[in-house]
Amino acid sequence: MNSTLYSLIGLGAGVAFILALKGLSHPKTARRGNLIGAFGATVATLSVFLYVTPTHGQEVGHSLPLNNFWWIIGAILIGLVIGVPAARKVEMTQMPQLVALFNGVGGGAAALVAIVEYLNLGAEATTAEVIFTVFTVVVGCVSFSGSIITFMKLQELMTTRPVVFPGGRFVIAGTLVAVLGVSVWVVTALGTTPLLVLAVLSLLFGVLFVLPVGGADVPIVISLLNAFTGLTVAASGYVLSSTLLIIAGTLVGASGTILTRLMAEAMGRSLFGTLFGAFTAKPQEASGTAEERPVRSGSADDVAILLNYARRVVIVPGFGLAVAQAQHTVRELADLMISKGIDVAYGIHPVAGRMPGHMNVLLAEANVPYDQLAEMDEVNPTFGQTDVAIVIGANDVVNPAAQTTPGCPIYGMPILEVNHAANIIFLKRSMRPGFAGIENELLYDPKTMLLFGDAKASLTKVVSALKAL
Amino acid sequence: MDAIAIISIFVLAVFVGFEVVSKVSSTLHTPLMSGANAIHGVILVGAIIVADHSQTNLELGLSLAAIILATINMVGGFVVTDRMLEMFKPKKSADKGGE
Repeated sequence: MNSTLYSLIGLGAGVAFILALKGLSHPKTARRGNLIGAFGATVATLSVFLYVTPTHGQEVGHSLPLNNFWWIIGAILIGLVIGVPAARKVEMTQMPQLVALFNGVGGGAAALVAIVEYLNLGAEATTAEVIFTVFTVVVGCVSFSGSIITFMKLQELMTTRPVVFPGGRFVIAGTLVAVLGVSVWVVTALGTTPLLVLAVLSLLFGVLFVLPVGGADVPIVISLLNAFTGLTVAASGYVLSSTLLIIAGTLVGASGTILTRLMAEAMGRSLFGTLFGAFTAKPQEASGTAEERPVRSGSADDVAILLNYARRVVIVPGFGLAVAQAQHTVRELADLMISKGIDVAYGIHPVAGRMPGHMNVLLAEANVPYDQLAEMDEVNPTFGQTDVAIVIGANDVVNPAAQTTPGCPIYGMPILEVNHAANIIFLKRSMRPGFAGIENELLYDPKTMLLFGDAKASLTKVVSALKAL
Repeated sequence: MDAIAIISIFVLAVFVGFEVVSKVSSTLHTPLMSGANAIHGVILVGAIIVADHSQTNLELGLSLAAIILATINMVGGFVVTDRMLEMFKPKKSADKGGE
């Protein structure tokens, strides 16, 4: 294959990625968009086997096949054997951390590519090439280690609360300065050792950068690291003279940046506050001291009676519902109430679950009709006419502290205003606070009734109690 | 490739990237992020190129590691995105709706 054809195939793949992102932005075309993207990526990968990219400073490449051909095939097979089952078997509830992990390995791959290219560049490298290589190593490493930390936070392998230690901001700032300093050293001194030091420092910076981010903000950080990885791919494209990598990487970098901003808006967070929380956060005790306060807990029968005489019920599902795998039971309850003539809607917070849109995916899995899912702006004005709001395994997204307590970590986040409903039922496993680690005053409200236990078991009991009425 | 061509590609791609996702409902944020994530898995192309260029065992080892990671990113990314979207699609046509 000649270089023109190869470049044209690369361009075609670039167009496929644009169509993929465009398709993914609309519910009807989303799945097709993803398939177009996968097709583009496959074609691009196959084309590399048919055209040898010249090494640095050469006009033409060697003849086919590629050097190390079988090693390359073997490595791809290993990647397939690891990646495909992981993606197919993961529970939908654990999907956010899988996306984080995939993003991390992508960043790691970009960093490794840059390191090898750096070792290969030799003396003919232009300063621009060295700078782009260094950029890829730094950002790729940050994306890698940062994503691993977000993975551990979401998987609850470590605390989901912001990790802040005394003098932390100075350590982070110091690491950043060191990264920049060593980058200059690499560009001027061109050695393997400085590069290695740079990689290690960048990995460290990635860890320090994500540690102070609180649980609720983790999706925003994943999205940002995703955009970062995109930019590293674009920078590698420059060094490897690959138009395809430049287009694909830049697209992801740009769309990822916009997406990060959209997500931050949906969560009512300032992007700046989220990212530089590291520099401003103070070590903080869990707000609301854990004194024993009376709560009103009820039985499944109490809940069923309340529901039976309601005219309008809004179900607010949260991550706890997904953990208990109670999507199907909640649909059963909703169907039962509808058959009794009760007006039922699901109030979906934009970040219900662990990521924007996560809850929609989970409920769609349980065949909940799409038209029963109401977005926050739609459902909030109706809580005044709602007799019962059932909050299932959610906490932070209905916490009025977000509106009333300046200074609390979720202050300013838009919430589902269930506090305006006539009755509130919380299905909870325990009094443990939500992902953001903040006490919820609503639990102590006199119009709130708590039903403790596993969400699925509790809902099953409510369903049979309601059937018996 | 000359610098102006590269800068042109870069700038235009930035605008296209901004434009295609500027109006997307929060429902699709997660699949979109996941799909974009899979797209940057094409770094696999770069990893294969450097594996071809590798002169030493160290370079080859690092490039093969890059190939493994990039394949996981790309293939896993597209598969998991498809799984998320699969849940949206058939219901809309097959389900009779709740009315």
